[in-house]
Amino acid sequence: MRPSVQRYRNILDFALSSLLRRKGRNLALICVYTLVVFVIASLIFFVQALKREARELLVQAPDMVVQRMVAGRHDPMPVAQAETIRAIRGVEAVQPRLWGYYYDPVYGGNLTVMATDDTALAVESVWVGQGVARSMRVKEGDMISLRGYAGPMLFSIQKVLPEESELVSSDLILMSPQDVRSLFNLSEGLATDLAVQAGNPRELPTIAAKIVEQFPDARPILKSEILRTYEAIFDWRGGLMVVVLSSAILSFIIFAWDKATGLSAEERKEVGILKSIGWESADVLLLKFWEGSVVSLTAFLGGVLLAYVHVFFFSASLFEHALKGWSVLFPRYRLLPALDGYQLAVLFFLTVLPYTAATLVPIWRAATVDPDAAMRS
Amino acid sequence: MIQHPGVLALLLASGLVSLLLLAAGWQGLRILRGWNLQSGSEVQLDLERRTYLVSTLVANALVIQILSLFLFIFTAEGLHTQFVGAMCAAGSLAVNAFGYPTLLAKIATCLVAGVWLILHRADTQGHDYPLIRPKYVLLLILVPMVLAETWLQASYLAGLKADVMTSCCGSLFGQGREGLVAELAGLPPRIMQPAFWITLGAFVAAGVLLLRTRRGAGVFSVLSLAFLLVSVTSLVSFFCLYIYELPTHHCPFCLLQREYGFVGYPIYGTLLGGAILGLGVGALAPFRARKSLSEALPRMQARLAWSALVLALIFTLIVGIWMVLSPLKL
Amino acid sequence: MIELSRVVKTYQAGLATPFTAVDDVSLRIPAGKVTVLKGPSGSGKTTLLTLIGCMARPTSGRIHLHGLPAGTLPQLTEGDALEITSLPERFLTAIRRRTFGFIFQQFNLVRGISVLENVMLPTYPTGEDHAWVEARAIERLGELGLLRHLHASVDRLSGGEAQRVAIARALINEPAVIIADEPTAHLDSRLSEDFMELMGQFKAAGKTLLITSHDPIVHGSPLADVVVEMRDGRIVAGS
Repeated sequence: MRPSVQRYRNILDFALSSLLRRKGRNLALICVYTLVVFVIASLIFFVQALKREARELLVQAPDMVVQRMVAGRHDPMPVAQAETIRAIRGVEAVQPRLWGYYYDPVYGGNLTVMATDDTALAVESVWVGQGVARSMRVKEGDMISLRGYAGPMLFSIQKVLPEESELVSSDLILMSPQDVRSLFNLSEGLATDLAVQAGNPRELPTIAAKIVEQFPDARPILKSEILRTYEAIFDWRGGLMVVVLSSAILSFIIFAWDKATGLSAEERKEVGILKSIGWESADVLLLKFWEGSVVSLTAFLGGVLLAYVHVFFFSASLFEHALKGWSVLFPRYRLLPALDGYQLAVLFFLTVLPYTAATLVPIWRAATVDPDAAMRS
Repeated sequence: MIQHPGVLALLLASGLVSLLLLAAGWQGLRILRGWNLQSGSEVQLDLERRTYLVSTLVANALVIQILSLFLFIFTAEGLHTQFVGAMCAAGSLAVNAFGYPTLLAKIATCLVAGVWLILHRADTQGHDYPLIRPKYVLLLILVPMVLAETWLQASYLAGLKADVMTSCCGSLFGQGREGLVAELAGLPPRIMQPAFWITLGAFVAAGVLLLRTRRGAGVFSVLSLAFLLVSVTSLVSFFCLYIYELPTHHCPFCLLQREYGFVGYPIYGTLLGGAILGLGVGALAPFRARKSLSEALPRMQARLAWSALVLALIFTLIVGIWMVLSPLKL
Repeated sequence: MIELSRVVKTYQAGLATPFTAVDDVSLRIPAGKVTVLKGPSGSGKTTLLTLIGCMARPTSGRIHLHGLPAGTLPQLTEGDALEITSLPERFLTAIRRRTFGFIFQQFNLVRGISVLENVMLPTYPTGEDHAWVEARAIERLGELGLLRHLHASVDRLSGGEAQRVAIARALINEPAVIIADEPTAHLDSRLSEDFMELMGQFKAAGKTLLITSHDPIVHGSPLADVVVEMRDGRIVAGS
């Protein structure tokens, strides 16, 4: 082995043994450090998982939805407009959609009611999502009653939607178009909105412009816009929490600084001995660098691991109360692991860099003890 | 956009780097003013101890700066979905006038900080602190560069406004956002291809000359910088087309993505590393006459030049392999 | 040979209470001989040791080391005298590692680690081959009769044993000069005699010895070739 490599190894070995010799003191530091990493990592992972769910949710959404605005409010759309829009160049298909929200007073939640053209679904029967089945305590073959415009309507449950699509369909009730119309009292010529598919997604903005030109009351919404809005909102929320947590980071930095400057007399004496027996300042700096790296790495890995378990196995249960009101979506009972190098890099920047920077000056001070200090004591 | 976690991380990093370098610069100023090697006074002993502090600070700042260069590109990449018309990092950087200047400033500070550490290393080889003055003068140049970079980046990030849906109006109609990359992509491979090979040839020739005769360090240095510039331009102009296997995709940043096997890291790593080492060779050249370095410096220059050449060849090998193996033929 | 000319070491210069620990000392320390610095505590002996042993730099004056092996510094050729007073710390340390072995009054062992590790500690920054260093350390410890304590923690050693560990550590880099600061201060007479006997062996092996002491067992010993007496930072007799 080359001497320079051997030097690194020797000093790393000694750094490890030094850390072990001062277990108590280092353990306290690592615990606090791990806790800080854990909290911030949980937050970043959680936001990341939500972003991913949102993206998945939108995969099935149409490229563009056209709504009608009346006095600044969303209003049912004349189905006839679909024909005009279909005539615009680049438009591949226009599908009128029928959907709405139904408030269920029994379990106190909103359900999404949607029409489907699937002919497998008979009139006066429904397909329901897992969430609906759970909260209403119903299963396939049961009957449910909904308050329609013209009095209670009875539906038989033909199918409970499979679990894989739970995120998208948890609160969903699918029924035939005519049932939706009678439930909400929507007349025949009206739809909730229009779903527009374009041959080339790049042409969507142009198509949207043409639609607005022809129907001043139309509001086209692109899928990419919804995605953008979600991303921005989630990033903003995550960042906001990090800002809130910065006080935690700050107090941690002060703690680390304090730990590093308040080198114990024993440790100071040890550095003095090392210098007196032929270690140079650069060697002691390397020793302290190794010690810091081991501490940082341990705390970082520990914190990340704990946060991973916390978010993806326990659905961020410690944050539940703070985050519940946040979610625009119905999160799964278990979030799917979504983790990438970028999130880890951001986490590294937010936790390890401040720690490292805070300990530089104290480390230098310790390393430049005079070698003859050990003799004068 | 300030609340994006990645943006916070970047701001934190640049704040820390500025702080570290301000501290280093302040110590450097004290060292420049109070230095007197002949004296054994406590002031001088204290200043000599402070040289350790300065080098520790700059070394850490350089590491953070290099990491944040990549984080910056990645954050721009992650944010592109929030800007209409931005297809990747190239578009995000063009959202306002500070994006590309920030990127260039980051690269420049990495280069200068790297050269500083090379000077520092040379300084420690001589028994009479031979480079103390040039070293700390360079440090005083580096400090404002880093501060400018911090300011540019903060302006860029603060100026980012996501094209978010509002309730009053739906669609936003954006033009394609590409900026600097679009201009570089415009350079035809017909010109860039020979330019790249000529620069590489000249660089290698200068390296061989330097290693054989120990002359021409300055030329070698200039060529290493030229190699960096020409390589990046060639990358955008034609090399990346082979990697993407698309005749129109000119983005220099997508190379860093998983889809392309993270090939961007070795590519930019070798380029940046090679440029730092190559510039180091030239930066050391004026000091070969110093007596205490007369032996160590030529050896160090040779090592640096060797490493710079090896890195350049690794870079060429990587892009060359793609060029040969890619199903795309220009 | 080590040559000092007009060496001064002042602490807290420029402050209200400057203190000159070593005041205008000129001295030659011959190679291969035993030189003893004697004098009361506070007379500047220990400070002078740190200056000679490249641990600290004098405020003024010159110190020349003769007979350093070639290659200690890149430019140094065999037979040159090296002036060490304005060398940076890393060069002083490099010279100190190869040239001087220190035996401290308080032994200065690192607590909590084994005897063997303590002895090997000075070689860590040099990056020498680990196995080779270990073999050398075990050999030194064997010569000093410490083999059975090899893996014991230094906290459990008696004073005499601790000092022998410190001696083994001082010898690990095979220095030409051994510097001992009040080596018998914590030893009884019998152990002090043993210590001097050991010094006699080192002298016979050709090493240069420099010892500070106000113990008559040391400065009255027949081994002492040169006895220099110091008081208030100055040499009052000998040299």
